[in-house]
Amino acid sequence: MKTVSRIYMVLIFLFLYAPIFVLILFSFNDSSAMSRSVFSGFSLRWYSRLFQDRLIMEALGNTLVIAVVAAAVSTVLGTAGAIGIGSLKNKWMRRVTMNVTNLPMVNPEIVTGVSMMLLFVISTRAVGANLGMGSLIIAHITFCLPYVIMSVRPKLMQMDPHLYEAAQDLGCAPTSAFFKVVLPQITPGIITGAIMAFTLSIDDFVISYFTSGTTQTLPIFIYSMTRKRISPEINALSTVLFAAILVLLIVVNARQSVITDKAARLQSEAEEAEA
Amino acid sequence: MKAKRALLPYLIWMLLFTVVPMFMVLFFAFTDKAGTFTLENMRQVGQYSNVFLRSIWQGALATVICLLLSYPLAYSIAHMKFKTQNVMIMLVMLPMWMNFLLRTYSWMTLLEDNGILNNLFAALGLPRVHMINTAGAVVLGMIYNYIPYMILPLYTVLTKIDNSVLEAAQDLGANKAQVFARVTLPMSMPGIISGITMVFVPAVSTFIISKMLGGGGNLLIGDVVEMQFLGSAYNPNLGSAISLVLMVLIIICMGIMNQFDDDDERGAMMI
Amino acid sequence: MEKEPIIALKDIAVAFDGEPVLQNFSLSIRDGEFVTLLGPSGCGKTTTLRIIGGFVMPDKGDVFFNGKRINDVPPYKREVNTIFQKYALFPHLNVYDNVAFGMRIHKRPEKEIHTAVKEMLDMVNLRGFEHRNVDRLSGGQQQRVAIARALVNHPKVLLLDEPLGALDMKLRKDMQVELKKIQQQTGITFLFVTHDQEEALSMSDTVVVMDNGCIQQIGTPQDIYNEPKNAFVADFIGESNIIDGTMREDFLVEFAGCKFKCVDKGFRKDEPVDVVIRPEDIDVVAPEDSPLHGVVTNVTFKGVHNEIIVDVHGFKWMVQSIHYTGVGERIGLEIGPDDIHIMHKSRYSGSFGDYSTFSDEMEEDIMTTEEAEEADEAKQEAAE
Repeated sequence: MKTVSRIYMVLIFLFLYAPIFVLILFSFNDSSAMSRSVFSGFSLRWYSRLFQDRLIMEALGNTLVIAVVAAAVSTVLGTAGAIGIGSLKNKWMRRVTMNVTNLPMVNPEIVTGVSMMLLFVISTRAVGANLGMGSLIIAHITFCLPYVIMSVRPKLMQMDPHLYEAAQDLGCAPTSAFFKVVLPQITPGIITGAIMAFTLSIDDFVISYFTSGTTQTLPIFIYSMTRKRISPEINALSTVLFAAILVLLIVVNARQSVITDKAARLQSEAEEAEA
Repeated sequence: MKAKRALLPYLIWMLLFTVVPMFMVLFFAFTDKAGTFTLENMRQVGQYSNVFLRSIWQGALATVICLLLSYPLAYSIAHMKFKTQNVMIMLVMLPMWMNFLLRTYSWMTLLEDNGILNNLFAALGLPRVHMINTAGAVVLGMIYNYIPYMILPLYTVLTKIDNSVLEAAQDLGANKAQVFARVTLPMSMPGIISGITMVFVPAVSTFIISKMLGGGGNLLIGDVVEMQFLGSAYNPNLGSAISLVLMVLIIICMGIMNQFDDDDERGAMMI
Repeated sequence: MEKEPIIALKDIAVAFDGEPVLQNFSLSIRDGEFVTLLGPSGCGKTTTLRIIGGFVMPDKGDVFFNGKRINDVPPYKREVNTIFQKYALFPHLNVYDNVAFGMRIHKRPEKEIHTAVKEMLDMVNLRGFEHRNVDRLSGGQQQRVAIARALVNHPKVLLLDEPLGALDMKLRKDMQVELKKIQQQTGITFLFVTHDQEEALSMSDTVVVMDNGCIQQIGTPQDIYNEPKNAFVADFIGESNIIDGTMREDFLVEFAGCKFKCVDKGFRKDEPVDVVIRPEDIDVVAPEDSPLHGVVTNVTFKGVHNEIIVDVHGFKWMVQSIHYTGVGERIGLEIGPDDIHIMHKSRYSGSFGDYSTFSDEMEEDIMTTEEAEEADEAKQEAAE
């Protein structure tokens, strides 16, 4: 039984990683014919070319700017929103708000994309502007918001609701009670939300595609290349990004497991103390 | 009271950028280019009923295969040591950090007539198989791209099942198969439902996968919408009408699915 | 001369979602008193506490502190501190910083804070725990931190919301003694909320029995126990047999078909009344020695005594006796005039005090549902 499930797992992971392996492999391909299925020797030429490609670098720059702004704004707005939703007493109001929040998550991306495109086209036409960084940033903030709410809300719900009152009871005005007591409790959720927003924004293609006008982001640039032939430069770039994310994840995970280990140790010590 | 004020900017933002655009889709769907009311767009949507059917069929097929592939995997992972579980789940999610378009593009290299898989077949003395630009390739692309969304909720729900519940079932005389059928499976229903919605919705409305792996002959509903907005067929009114029908279809599907599930705080299981 | 009460509530009314929680509620608390609000879950006792703490605005009525109306004073400006049900310690701060929190808010110099915190931790026996994470403490230790955190601010009044509810039996008893000691040492007014009658009786100077948002009785523990005002109080405070009776004349009551001498007077002639008799006040005698006799239907050994259920003409009495009697045996019940307590009829008449459905399991069931309701109540309040 155990071997069967082992083999099964290996097969699934093979399926999941085969394309990624191919992708990374061809970023080191020496072929100048840009062949996408024949590997003709190891080389780093695509990596060196990558950093000289003005178009790619510009798209990368746009992508990063959008991701940083969208993550920052959606984290602030979303955290405030999550707190607000929690304070809604009226069940009906809360339900409506949650449904509006879930809308971009349950709606097909393409529908979200075209609907925002309609809004942006009409409103920019009215003021004589064009779609571009502005509309992209607004769109990204919008689709990131539900994910921020989704990460912050559980932390708020886990929190002992009396903490906020306890702070006030001890003399904190409501605002300072929030910053001194509530915020430290929900910070992990806020950080998760921000990371999620950032990565979603970097990776988004569908919604950006409809709201970008002529502005290039990395995914849009890649898409325009898939119609012809993708330059291995892109493989190189993805490999770099992939490696960066891998390192980031390992660091975060290592830190987390240190924290959980510590928590487990503290727990057992407390139990000992009690005994 | 202050907390409620914090809600206001968020609500205004969401109203402005999600609710208003939805109404614009509604408005465009029922007007012509001059902005007067018409049902013409809706009538024209009828032409695409084949495309709708194909999208739903392929999306549903991909979803079912995802479920069948994911359940045993999620089940195995959920029964591993805690630390191994974390690593495995990381491994499941990791491919999602690679650009979606590139992963799909990579499948092109694998599936092409002269691609890596066919070269491999040839080297092994097997006949070459035509795979790219077929419906099968599109479904494969869907499965590949969305399977993590199935594995994660299944895994989450399976780890939450308390072992003592399973022991109680055994104690009451259920054998392994019965424990699975009568306890584990029903208890994992919420995960199955959210997995299905999380795979089906993007699968049915995709337009890139079909374009890249299906060639020109396998148009899906997403492709048609894209063509009306940014493609050769430019007609946002018709595009809105199709989007609207797509949305309604998906809402109906989700409504049916939600019959099985009354958990309204779902989806917090990603990352 | 009567001193001005430190806290007074006048004609308070509160409703949540149209459901009245408190009605016509008036209460004054004298400085230095240990007052307990006692009642079943949902009776409004926690709400009363939260009104004084400033977390609930009464729909009607006034709250006075030292004679000044404080309805509009926000919680953080009130000279009261609260011990919350699950302590509400700040998980991101260690023991020292938790206790120092209030003084830091009030911008006291660090040196003064240091001395005060040390002193407080000494008082609650937590010396040496300063740098512990609060998650690393046991329930009893967390409780002590909560007490220190509140008392270090020298509040005029300390509000305690079921503070011992999360502790196990033994720890609970220890903390009862300790809390009482702290109250006597500091002289701070304690307002304590509980649904545990034993806790209320053993700790308080004054007990306020509440039900359905109204005060049922206020008095010393002895008063409440010995002279319950109505069937609810009699039943909630300890075990009691509550029998329909008729007051024939002053000092003479008739119930269970017999006339008994009693010590109560001032009722109308032939007024229907509730008669309360505590199980421990009944003596078991030979059936021929008493007009009141019946058949034993159940005997439970309770350690210090046996709990005997006796069927007297269809009404089941509970009797606590150190003597053992067998089931099916016929026994006589003897009651002295002092042990008969007469109450006017109230809306609670007839709903308590009959042990015909009594069994140990039921008692436990009631406890757990009560606890569950308690949790619900807390959740609901959290949502406010």
